[in-house]
Amino acid sequence: MEIKFSHDVDNVLKEAKKQNKPVLLDFSAAPM
Amino acid sequence: MWPDERVVRFVNENFLPARVHVKDDADAFQRYGEKYNAHWTPTVLELDPNGEEQWRTEGFLPLDDFLGQLMLGRAQMDFKQGKWAEAEKRFREIVEKLPKADAAAEALYWTGVSKYKASHDPAALKETAKAFTTRYKDSSWAKKASIWA
Repeated sequence: MEIKFSHDVDNVLKEAKKQNKPVLLDFSAAPM
Repeated sequence: MWPDERVVRFVNENFLPARVHVKDDADAFQRYGEKYNAHWTPTVLELDPNGEEQWRTEGFLPLDDFLGQLMLGRAQMDFKQGKWAEAEKRFREIVEKLPKADAAAEALYWTGVSKYKASHDPAALKETAKAFTTRYKDSSWAKKASIWA
């Protein structure tokens, strides 16, 4: 089980509006 | 903290998750860092469906405190939209599930406020002030609620 973070923030913001769902935006420096 | 099952479930149920990495997404990190005034990591923003920031968690936190902040932010989003019953349920869940987290005292305060907003019954605030006489007595939220006693 994991969180599938998208790196396409523009697209996530568009989808959020379409789905009326909040966004969690993580500014990270953790190893990927 | 991200691999924790409770955090994963909460995020997947409540948000569309996005990440910008300081090195691997350097351009996006700068662009969105400027847009949202986020210049340090870790910074986690909770945005409403219109992309407006509603809650911010900056810096590392132990697991329960981190989850508590995420839950607090989501509850505040409902509160700001006037969804009093949903907000109350979300705030109460923090107090019940994460009673030792930093967010718990604040959540208890807002549980009472949400209940009052829905009912306009001052008893909701009085009950909350009473609850603070036995829990989180030394918190700033207990001081804030003391006026309702």
